[in-house]
Amino acid sequence: MSAIIRMEGVYFSYSSEADSNPQQTQALQGVSLSIEPGEFVAIVGRNGSGKSTLAKQINAILTPTSGEVWVDGISTKDEDSVFAIRQVAGMVFQNPDNQIVATIVEEDVAFGPENLGVQPSEIRQRVDEALQLVRMSEYALHPPHLLSGGQKQRVAIAGVLAMHPKILILDESTAMLDPIGRKEVMETALRLNRERGMTVVLITHHMDEAVLAERVIVLDRGRVVLDGSNREVFKQVGRLRELGLDVPQVTSLAELLCEQGLSLPSDILTVAEMVEQLCQSK
Amino acid sequence: MPIKIKNLSSIYSAGTSFEVRALDGISLDIGEGEFIGIIGPTGSGKSTLVQHFNGLIRPTQGEVLVDGRDLADKTTDLRAVRQRVGLIFQYPEHQLFEETVFADVAFGPKNQGVSVAELRERVHEALALVGLDPDAIVDRSPFELSGGQMRRVAIAGVLAMRPTVLVLDEPTAGLDPKGRDELLAQLKELHSKSGMTVILVSHSMEDIARVATRLIVLAGGQVIADGTPRAVFAQAKMLTEVGLGVPQVTELMLALRERGYNVPDVALTVEEACAIILGLSLRGEQQ
Repeated sequence: MSAIIRMEGVYFSYSSEADSNPQQTQALQGVSLSIEPGEFVAIVGRNGSGKSTLAKQINAILTPTSGEVWVDGISTKDEDSVFAIRQVAGMVFQNPDNQIVATIVEEDVAFGPENLGVQPSEIRQRVDEALQLVRMSEYALHPPHLLSGGQKQRVAIAGVLAMHPKILILDESTAMLDPIGRKEVMETALRLNRERGMTVVLITHHMDEAVLAERVIVLDRGRVVLDGSNREVFKQVGRLRELGLDVPQVTSLAELLCEQGLSLPSDILTVAEMVEQLCQSK
Repeated sequence: MPIKIKNLSSIYSAGTSFEVRALDGISLDIGEGEFIGIIGPTGSGKSTLVQHFNGLIRPTQGEVLVDGRDLADKTTDLRAVRQRVGLIFQYPEHQLFEETVFADVAFGPKNQGVSVAELRERVHEALALVGLDPDAIVDRSPFELSGGQMRRVAIAGVLAMRPTVLVLDEPTAGLDPKGRDELLAQLKELHSKSGMTVILVSHSMEDIARVATRLIVLAGGQVIADGTPRAVFAQAKMLTEVGLGVPQVTELMLALRERGYNVPDVALTVEEACAIILGLSLRGEQQ
């Protein structure tokens, strides 16, 4: 199977002119990675590590200063392919209020396909399907500004889905949401991945969300420093803390309990796993 | 009593079909030196409530008293109130605008008429309070700092006005875990050192459990719970029903109880949960 996202030696700098301090503006410093179709990948890293810059390379909002990015086989260097790439890779941002454009939910979802020149009858079908996928069908005729944060983000996701993308990029899309809103967005992304084979790239500061991804990539100062399964990455508690990150409370608890002599695996990621382990150790 | 609220209601778009009752008969006493956490789902009225604390929204129904001053009274000097109650919005770093950190932090007190000599002292004090090295940072542009540093500079700009009540709306949103931990630790230290009243609005149950001494829960514009974090998080079912949650370690306690273990129904920190579980295994207890 060929990679749906491939990056080779990607460097990116926000400043085009010769800067006095190039270290500060080099947001990506030689990133190479590949993501297969159907993967659910979390990208974590401290502020300024290059996460959002990396995400923006995937749908050609930014293009490499050097190196190359291929999305579904198309190089982002090719300026004529920008629209094709954005149709393949749809992105949902942090603030739901900045990405909703219409006054009725279903019109907002239709905005993307309308601009792609999709036939009206097919738009109707895509909008209905997209709203159903995010479980927002009953709100189709509501004004978006009266929805909760989690509902608005699901509408934003539906807007992306209506473009029929192969990749869904969530760039800190849960950062401004309350606990239930975060849960709604995460469950939607996980379901799309499982049931539809959607490739999902999740950028987040919430480690309890990142543990739900099958693969976790850790960035630091514009470089990939860890890349592995959620378990492989999150059992490196000390290393993650050095990188300015942390682990879910239960993982941290497992570490403390081990230090106190309890025998527990070091890769406990969820409350349910912790309960199982504690019950077994009796 | 720094802030006293009696039967406060707030209605947006009153008299239209879009009428929203953002606050519905809220009464609260906020005492000196408290560290209060306010939680509530989106649309519960948190932001509307905190904007009443310093008169950004004037009460139309009910009363808000700050140090005994009635904010509904048109003759009340709101400048004095805003000096007492510092309000820090979400993403405060978006409000940085000066060329240097010094000028940005000094902006508030300068407008209050603080003398040039005292300005320097205020700026240095405020930057130190948020854990930044004043000498290293005052001459830099705020825009070349990291996200976490920018946010701390913005908070310092409010502290430089020496408020007695500090209100922060989601101060850790968008910060990485380390930046979040540092900021929370600094707020805790600031609170214990200065005796300032701190009011923190947050969506993170874990953060709030670590720092607050009192928790106020809003839903539908009403106070639905008000007490110590331990007492409030003991109502896990109610919190989940309104769209909130409990810290992950409290969730673990509840799951263990369901399996028949005799553990408390709340744990606020990882350390506490560790002690509880070690206690269990020592006794080998299972009912």
